[in-house]
Amino acid sequence: MLSEEAKARIEAEAALYPSRRSALSEALMAAQAERGWLSDEALAEVARELGLSAASAESVATFYELVMRRRVGPHVILVCDSVSCWIRGGESLLDRLKKRLGVELGGTSADGLFTLLPAGCLGLCERAPALMIDGRVYGDLTGEGLDALIDEIKEASRGDAAVR
Amino acid sequence: MATPLCARIPSGGGAASLAEYRLAGGYLGLAAARELGSAAITEAVRKAGLRGRGGAGFSTAMKWAALPQPDGGPRYLVVNADEKEPGTMKDRFLMEGDPHQLVEGAAIAALATGARTGYIYLRREYSRCAIELAKALAEAEGAGLLDGLELHLHLGAGRYLCGEETGLLNAIEGKRATPRNKPPFPQISGLWGRPTVVNNVETLCNLPHILREGPDWYKALSSSRDGGTKIYGASGWVARPGVWELPLGATAGEILERAGGMAPGRTARAFLPGGASTDFLPAAKLDVKMDFDSVAAAGSRLGTGTMVLLDDGTCPVGMVLALERFFARESCGWCTPCREGLPWVRRCLEALEEGSGEMSDIEALEYHAKALAPGRTFCAFAPGAMEPLDSALKLFRDDFVDHVTRKGCRWR
Repeated sequence: MLSEEAKARIEAEAALYPSRRSALSEALMAAQAERGWLSDEALAEVARELGLSAASAESVATFYELVMRRRVGPHVILVCDSVSCWIRGGESLLDRLKKRLGVELGGTSADGLFTLLPAGCLGLCERAPALMIDGRVYGDLTGEGLDALIDEIKEASRGDAAVR
Repeated sequence: MATPLCARIPSGGGAASLAEYRLAGGYLGLAAARELGSAAITEAVRKAGLRGRGGAGFSTAMKWAALPQPDGGPRYLVVNADEKEPGTMKDRFLMEGDPHQLVEGAAIAALATGARTGYIYLRREYSRCAIELAKALAEAEGAGLLDGLELHLHLGAGRYLCGEETGLLNAIEGKRATPRNKPPFPQISGLWGRPTVVNNVETLCNLPHILREGPDWYKALSSSRDGGTKIYGASGWVARPGVWELPLGATAGEILERAGGMAPGRTARAFLPGGASTDFLPAAKLDVKMDFDSVAAAGSRLGTGTMVLLDDGTCPVGMVLALERFFARESCGWCTPCREGLPWVRRCLEALEEGSGEMSDIEALEYHAKALAPGRTFCAFAPGAMEPLDSALKLFRDDFVDHVTRKGCRWR
């Protein structure tokens, strides 16, 4: 069920256009914000809010890199693998993450906390290599810096896990 | 040296406030534009010699002039802030540091085009820009600077094709963002079938200065046939990657100098002049003037003007793979040559890098560089993807063959 807050966010967006459908990308992200990913039920509900068929909303949802149509961990890591980051060692950074989390691209770590995905250019080319975690970007990354970052997030989510 | 676009951007980070922006002459260009009216604004921009900074370099005034006569119905201005060309970070820099400059530029373009509604299509990954722009829009509106113009922020959800102007229109309409057929061009049939102009962020950021200081002043900033300055950039193994504002027509070497040259122990071998979808130029051409005509004459495109350097310690085949992996993933799938061809290109390059590549893979790459050439696909995406591949096959042929004979990459 979409929260009242998400519905309000969708309505506010829809009011900006002559056609409600224009609010679709914002609506998908609003629905996704509720649980971290977009289930079939959530997708259908978004479609209903905007007067679309589920298939029509799906054709847009699956087009986008930031829309998660499968269950992901509470922390999504998008690693830039485009040219400037690749030159500055993005590949070894990605390998380090794969080893550390024990997953391939698309996978979620055994503790359920992290999902690892590739990203097309994040536009942080002057601070390559870069990645984005939960919507925040990090640049000029070293292997040690990355380890520390993962430790930090793990530490911070210790409390969350107990609640979940 | 005048740097009108960057002059107010705080060096320590953060954004210029409305007060700071106005103190530096901000919104005077918009006031001047109101006095002039649509036709005279367009004429000033034509005289200034402003060409679009999104990559194609089309004359901004000509783009506006293709609008039909007003028919009383709505027309729209769209700001293309979906910067996702690999190696490109110039628009982010402008929006993060001086959001009011873009708001004023958009308001001037709206006056020129007769649009009363505009949408800024911003990639969601640029969260800092979203915060600064939302604040600037509210401030401008609150200060009565927009005079009834409705300017809204529309956040995307991540896809390269949303930066293609007709794909962008579909994205704003809430449709799958595949490109549309052209003609009709957006000026005739854009958002919801109405006349629409799509302008890039950096393009619009030039307008306040043209209107405030005049087209002659603006044109003289440039050291090329076209007017103004350009936000250039350099990334890869350079000493200090970044972006800098220089006269349009500064040489690639001068830009590299701004970056402090190559990183210690690295020598430049080649460069992409303006993003992923431009042809490689060899380092011997670092003296090329980075303006539209000069880069074209040298065999590439200015594109976004943000260079990516290939050095002697980096594998050119690996670099091309990084480029084509991006393109293969971003193909919208609408037309067959692109949907099927780009993953094929990626697989050939992967085979070469992994050591299982054969000469037939190089031939397949050469075939695709022709098969996905302009005119053979629905939009310009795949031909753009072939520019670095085609030029790399010519410039670095020995490296491709070496991957076959050595059964792998000598840099790994």
